[in-house]
Amino acid sequence: MELLNVKSVDKSYGGVVANHDVSLTVPKGKIVGIIGPNGSGKTTLFNSIVGHHPIDSGEIHFNGKEISSLTIPKIARLGMLRTFQQTHIYDKMTCVQNMQISSNIDANWKRIFNPFSKEVDEMVDELLAFVGLFRKRFLLAGDLSFGQQKLLEFAMALMKKPTILLLDEPTAGVNPTLINGLIDRLRQVNEEKGITLLVIEHNMRVIMNLAEHIYCLANGTMLADGKPDEIQNDQRVIDAYLGN
Amino acid sequence: MITKDKQNTLIWLGLVISTIVPFLFPNHITLLTYIWVMIILALTWDMLGGQTGYTSFGNILFLGVGMYVCAVVQRDMFSSGLGRFERVSEVVVNLNVSEYFISLAVGTLSGAIVAVVLAVILGSGILGMRGHYFAICTLGLGHAAAEIASGIDYIGAGSGMVTPLYPSELLIGKEAFYYYAFLLVAVATFFLFRKIYQSQFGLALNAIRDNENKAESMGIHTTQYKIAGWSISAFFLAIAGAGIGNVIGFIDPVEIAFSGPTFGVWMIVMAILGGKGTIWGPVLGAVILYSAKETFWTYLLGWDKVALGLLILIVVVYFPKGILGYFKDRKQLSNSILSQKGEE
Repeated sequence: MELLNVKSVDKSYGGVVANHDVSLTVPKGKIVGIIGPNGSGKTTLFNSIVGHHPIDSGEIHFNGKEISSLTIPKIARLGMLRTFQQTHIYDKMTCVQNMQISSNIDANWKRIFNPFSKEVDEMVDELLAFVGLFRKRFLLAGDLSFGQQKLLEFAMALMKKPTILLLDEPTAGVNPTLINGLIDRLRQVNEEKGITLLVIEHNMRVIMNLAEHIYCLANGTMLADGKPDEIQNDQRVIDAYLGN
Repeated sequence: MITKDKQNTLIWLGLVISTIVPFLFPNHITLLTYIWVMIILALTWDMLGGQTGYTSFGNILFLGVGMYVCAVVQRDMFSSGLGRFERVSEVVVNLNVSEYFISLAVGTLSGAIVAVVLAVILGSGILGMRGHYFAICTLGLGHAAAEIASGIDYIGAGSGMVTPLYPSELLIGKEAFYYYAFLLVAVATFFLFRKIYQSQFGLALNAIRDNENKAESMGIHTTQYKIAGWSISAFFLAIAGAGIGNVIGFIDPVEIAFSGPTFGVWMIVMAILGGKGTIWGPVLGAVILYSAKETFWTYLLGWDKVALGLLILIVVVYFPKGILGYFKDRKQLSNSILSQKGEE
């Protein structure tokens, strides 16, 4: 079943065409990758999907629902979350607070002036342990290293129990040892919690290991798609990366 | 680190002292009253300015609105309305004891409600703006309100209006009554705000301060939280305004009600001086700034504003995060050193 369906999306900034006629589908429960040279429109596509900016034309369906005109918080509440290329965390708050606020806040206006519930706190501890930040939980998130902040942001996204996670370069700036741990955890999340992943990645080793299906963007258009080994041997993809 | 038990003991001790202080210094009750007023102003400003990171220069609007609405209710509730040729600024209403307090209570509450309604309406308009743009937008609020109030004859226009006389037959004097009233409101504000900052709501405000884009992408309706925070501030500011009008006994649109250069600036300076974004910072800042202001005025008359400016300058240069912010940073630093040692 298709969880996310992007149909011929166009997006341009002034005269610059960032995405032209881009289509992709993400089946439920799978890990799908997006690759492409710098400036090929990968992050723009993410921004379009999560409602960061309106799209010029095309359709985006999530769980069978048209979402291209919804705002970011509304889409997030439907169960689609994204992480950023540069870490976006709440730097003056502790790790625990970062996690707590990422859970679903009580919609009930009477309970909103209460602290977070015990269940939330248990989940915070469990997920912080999962990404290996439990011992740092009372530090300010801004004092963590870049790699740790990426892990924290990943754990924060898990607090929301999303159906799909859009990860924008999860391993960029993370040291090689941590990268292996991160891949394991991404896979674990996908298998055990059934969270669908859509991953932008520059690190070929990572994406070839992780994804079951890969899309390659170049100059704002969809260049090729297929299984990892098909993509690896596709002459067009190699040309795009080498700039021929 | 002060433990929670110790902190509570300190609070109770402070409250006991505050309760008996008027008996020790009967000649300085009004001055002491103003300390509580300042604490309320600083605390309410900090809700948006400190905890949410949205600097507002327009909170004075709610103070003035509370003041005027309360005064109008006090004037008109039990009297037959204005005489046709009376000058509003000279109308002094005499009320008996029960009339005075009923109209004061109703007036204060209506002032607070009007302020909240205003905060919601204005907030949904301008709180969609981020950071500095919001600050610039609020810059004109107080001034515009003063201009508008100066043009409405019903509230005395530019000459202002007089609040009712305090009934003389009461045992407790006017000064003492307003001292305890403000003590009560300030303490209630403090405890309520402390509860809010420890709650989910408070954490959402902090999240907006640290990274509003992230908060939004995590599904938090940020504008609604900002409006709610501003409304809570407006509610308590308007209550304070209603009281100030009665303590001074006279309301003037430019000099008192919507007085940007005094109350409007003080509330910001006090919160920053004590440490914005903390619960005790505004309290500390209010006590220090107001005491300093009165001391300078008493002993350095003529140079008092220079001395006050110098004090603010010293704090901004050496304690840019305020007094409590300075200590908070040091504590956080030692925390992170400790955790690194534990790692080895």
